[in-house]
Amino acid sequence: MERAIITVRNLEHRFGDLQAVDDISFEVLQGEIFSFLGPNGAGKSTTINLLTTLMKVQKGEAIVAGHNVATDSRSVRRSIGIVFQNEVLDRDLTVRETLEFHGMIYQVPREKRREIIEDLLEIVDLGSKRNVRTKYLSGGMKRRLEIARGLMTRPKILFLDEPTIGLDPQTRLKIWEHIREINDSGTTIFLTTHYMDEADNLSDRIAIIDNGKIIVTETPDNLKQSLGRDVIRINTGDNRAATSLLKNNSHDLSISRSDDGITLITEKDGSSVLPSILNLLNGAGIDLLNVDVKKPTLDEVFVHYTGREIRDEPTDKVQPRPRPHRRR
Amino acid sequence: MIMKTEFWPVFWKEMIKFFRFKSLFFTTLVQPALWMAFFGTAMSSNFDRLNVLYSIPSGVGQVGYLTFMGAGVIAMTALFTSLYGGMTLIYDKNFGLMKEMIASPMQRSQIILGLGLSGITKGFIQAIIIMVFGTLFLGVDFFSQQNLPGIVCSVLGILLFVGTFSLGFIFLSSGIALRLETHEGMQGIMTVLSMPLFFVSNALYPADAFPAVLKALSVINPLTYLVNGIRYFAIGNDFYALGKHYIYTTEIVSWSYAALLIFTLCTFVFAMDSINNVSVT
Ligand SMILES: Nc1ncnc2c1ncn2[C@@H]1O[C@H](COP(=O)(O)OP(=O)(O)O)[C@@H](O)[C@H]1O
Ligand SMILES: [Mg+2]
Repeated sequence: MERAIITVRNLEHRFGDLQAVDDISFEVLQGEIFSFLGPNGAGKSTTINLLTTLMKVQKGEAIVAGHNVATDSRSVRRSIGIVFQNEVLDRDLTVRETLEFHGMIYQVPREKRREIIEDLLEIVDLGSKRNVRTKYLSGGMKRRLEIARGLMTRPKILFLDEPTIGLDPQTRLKIWEHIREINDSGTTIFLTTHYMDEADNLSDRIAIIDNGKIIVTETPDNLKQSLGRDVIRINTGDNRAATSLLKNNSHDLSISRSDDGITLITEKDGSSVLPSILNLLNGAGIDLLNVDVKKPTLDEVFVHYTGREIRDEPTDKVQPRPRPHRRR
Repeated sequence: MIMKTEFWPVFWKEMIKFFRFKSLFFTTLVQPALWMAFFGTAMSSNFDRLNVLYSIPSGVGQVGYLTFMGAGVIAMTALFTSLYGGMTLIYDKNFGLMKEMIASPMQRSQIILGLGLSGITKGFIQAIIIMVFGTLFLGVDFFSQQNLPGIVCSVLGILLFVGTFSLGFIFLSSGIALRLETHEGMQGIMTVLSMPLFFVSNALYPADAFPAVLKALSVINPLTYLVNGIRYFAIGNDFYALGKHYIYTTEIVSWSYAALLIFTLCTFVFAMDSINNVSVT
């Protein structure tokens, strides 16, 4: 039996009238990559802020690495590393100084700091940048530096709040690789994301969160299998008529219509269901424009559970950061 | 022991940045140099001409204007540097940098203590440079008739006053910065504070002839007490300047230091309250 390293029971958080986190309970097992998947405003960052003791618990209970976040915040802080959603780097310090400073505030002894810094620079490929000020790093390098910093104190759990937000595809792949390596070396990872592919690729288990509530917690494979075997996407000359026709005549299909076509989910093999669908449409004189049969993806899972798609829309929380010059 | 080392990183980081920006460091030294070179020399030719109007008893030293204002310039520099020292917290707060420290096991109060220590250090460096520069190149007549041990003691005395004062103002500006949202707001408050503090003091001229209101203000102005301390150690306890007879008794100097201590304790409480209530999420 695997051991839980984070246990959350009936956690709630309100900002005035807004219920940002709404009675959530879950466990994160030692050594796994656990993801919160949800749209902007779902309550992911608020949950991280509660688990990392940056915000006071209003209601409910959270045990992180064996310590209660409400009563033993200092012990929790010693056991965790955090990479915040927004970039948190002092632009006037070099890469090495950034890590050095972090080690110092956690009172890592000098010799040990040197050693860990060399290791980490190696791991995140920033060795050649050690004496470069952070303002001269690319977005991906900054994120890698922040991840390295989160690992400075050899934490039991690393919290990553939207680790690849706003990065280009290649950089994202590289960061995923780092996250897997870190996890392989024994660090439990709690990750939030609004990217389906990120959750799908990295997670051992995913919790889908929407409006402050956890809707389902499962492995990516089980989530996809729970929908059925195949997803058939069709487009017809009259999608509205086709939808009602199919709903009235095919009882073992789950059917939904959106702007870009009709989605049919089946328990059977998709290609064996197709002929009867074609016959139905033919009989009603509806033209079939195109067909696509595939395995369910997390996108369909998400729509199925939340009733809507995640759109990568910018919100107030994800604006580009202004860059004034510093002076005293 | 833990208390002592916990704020070290904050101090370390501040000093790295202080020395990294040579232009910044330089600017803070150019300002006092310019005041002494231009205002000082210009005014001293005027004021020193008037000295013949006053009869000065023999045996008491007559002090030139440049020497008189030199003490004021040291005080002014400490004031400006420490007033702006808290500004860095606005950036740290607005750009989330403070999150890193707030989320660490380090206690919040250590941020203020580290910043305070860096303020003291900057104040020391500047005071020493002004003393050296002023006495060697501009003809400021500090520490005359003092032997080497005496000078060392006097410099330490000046640093004690400058350090306490700088700490007080860095606490004040930190406390304000933590309660503000914008850098512009901070700039505004600093301007509104610094000018009256500077001019309603005895830094450039005696405060005794002020109208009643200004005089009252000069009595509650910490700068006045800093200047008292610097003049006592740098010039002496009994001298004439601008036609005024200055006598600094031990009581006056002790009270001046006590006033600075009280001021610093109050701003410390203010800064601690600010940091403990600041929200970074
Ligand atoms: N400090 C705050 N004050 C008021 N409302 C907040 C604050 N932080 C977050 N919220 C609101 O709480 C909800 C959840 O936010 P958040 O946890 O940041 O979501 P996510 O990280 O999933 O995008 C959002 O509606 C957000 O606007
Ligand atoms: Mg978020």
